Amino acid sequence: MSWLNRVRQSIASITKRETPDNLWHKCAGCGQMIFVKEYEENQSVCPKCNHHGRIGPDARFNDLFDSGVYTLLPIPQVTEDPLKFRDSKRYTDRIKAARTATGETDALINAKGTIEGYKAVVGIQDFAFMGGSMGLGVGAAFVAGVEAAIAERSPYIIFTAAGGARMQEGILSLMQMPKTTVAIAKLREAGLPYIVVLTDPTTGGVTASYAMLGDVQIAEPGALIGFAGQRVIESTIREKLPEGFQRAEYLLDHGMIDMVVHRHDLRARLAQLIGYLAPAKAA
Amino acid sequence: MVSLLDFEKPLAELQSRIAELRETADNGSIDIASEVAKLQAKSDKLLRETYAKLTPWQKTQVARHPERPHFKHYVAQMIEEFVPLAGDRAFADDLAIIGGLGRLGGRRVMVIGHEKGDDTASRLKHNFGMAKPEGYRKAIRLMKLADRFGLPVVTLVDTSGAFPGIQAEERGQAEAIARSTEACLELGVPLVAAVVGEGGSGGAVALAAANRVLMFEHAVYSVISPEGCASILWRTSEKAADAAEAMKVTAADLQKLGVVDRIVEEPLGGAHRAPTAAIDSLAKALGEEIDSFSGQTPDQIRASRRDKYLAIG
Repeated sequence: MSWLNRVRQSIASITKRETPDNLWHKCAGCGQMIFVKEYEENQSVCPKCNHHGRIGPDARFNDLFDSGVYTLLPIPQVTEDPLKFRDSKRYTDRIKAARTATGETDALINAKGTIEGYKAVVGIQDFAFMGGSMGLGVGAAFVAGVEAAIAERSPYIIFTAAGGARMQEGILSLMQMPKTTVAIAKLREAGLPYIVVLTDPTTGGVTASYAMLGDVQIAEPGALIGFAGQRVIESTIREKLPEGFQRAEYLLDHGMIDMVVHRHDLRARLAQLIGYLAPAKAA
Repeated sequence: MVSLLDFEKPLAELQSRIAELRETADNGSIDIASEVAKLQAKSDKLLRETYAKLTPWQKTQVARHPERPHFKHYVAQMIEEFVPLAGDRAFADDLAIIGGLGRLGGRRVMVIGHEKGDDTASRLKHNFGMAKPEGYRKAIRLMKLADRFGLPVVTLVDTSGAFPGIQAEERGQAEAIARSTEACLELGVPLVAAVVGEGGSGGAVALAAANRVLMFEHAVYSVISPEGCASILWRTSEKAADAAEAMKVTAADLQKLGVVDRIVEEPLGGAHRAPTAAIDSLAKALGEEIDSFSGQTPDQIRASRRDKYLAIG
């Protein structure tokens, strides 16, 4: 501990208000310290290196919807802890901790509103909630989001972020892959577009289902997107992975997505796409 | 003789004593038939007792037994006039998934499944049943073909999972799995899936989003391998047995959860001890399931499959 910190910590009022933790953000990309205020005003994108930080539903909805006005959709009720799962901790305790930490019920939350005048239902997957993992709650919310979009005659836009399926719900989380796929088919039959925005990170069973079935596939710069985890691949093939492997730009190069869009341009680009695919404006 | 799994070791002693006695009898002329019969009965009883209460982790080992029947054995025995169809028309023919036209008890079907291989050369050839994107894309092509010509689709699931590799990722492993699952769900013909060995995660569900999901008594089906789950949640793969227990990977558990519709019994001591009988019972069950859709329209078949998956959870 430096003498300065020692002095600072001995003055209670300063320590409380001005700890480096809540004043500065250390960029996960370049390691530079950025004023939190500046960082947040920049949509959690590092002004120095353009690294796109992970953001939750509130910030997303505020950024996306016209004047930050939106209506949250109800969270569907699902069976909690269907397997009575316990590893080193009880699954119910892990859920409780995630709820306390995030203030959310589960890892996917929907809202409806307008984007440059176009109606849209938007789902945001929250990586902060148990790694965004897909279990019954996420699957049910996805289906509810699609149903709301069909009722509103609007597109469904999903922002994905997940390590994959939620292991604590076992096979039932795997079954969310076909379940969400059925919902997408219904949206398609209703003649409405399904737009996927892949954010950092999107892997496993989420990538291998609804995250890859978009009519248009967008990714945020630098987002990690893949099926298998990097450590699993390395241990299988016993080779070092190439530079930029499974990043958004790499997927673009390999023809897996349509575009990589900077967070600053996302709202305008989504509006433009809706304008082409589902141009009816909100009344 | 079948190779024994760790938990079957008590059987080994009995079996070697039986073999010893038989050898003695061959050399001399002592009548040991009654002694052999007694030991054999004891061995059978032990086998029955062991298999009646297999733990989920033991079942995982049975499901992975190298001598368990594989896709080629099923096809050879239960499919008449098999016509294999190869390739995804885009990149390659992935031999981890095999498919083709055939007749199951006289019914025209498209049969598709994972093949793990059964010796070093064939395991390499089939990539241990771990499919790459081109494998799933071949499956999609064959499912669509079956749909156009009104052939029910039978899938045999036996994979530890889709292949985790650089090229597989580059060619869109996730997208291929997602599209294969989607193809299953769009079929207007019945899709009957059977988990015959290991049902490993997305690589399995891509062939198993079916109207009816059958599962062998000692097969396992899970979102992640018990080792994988243990190494993430317990931080050591040595807790695989606990993970298998917690994840509910057995046929009986999955039937209770509504994921598996029908359990197909295995011969005493598992399918690898009597493959012919095992394959026969599977063939019979598959035939009955296919027949149960007779008279249904493509829309009904598709709608009931969709409703089933929307209702899960």
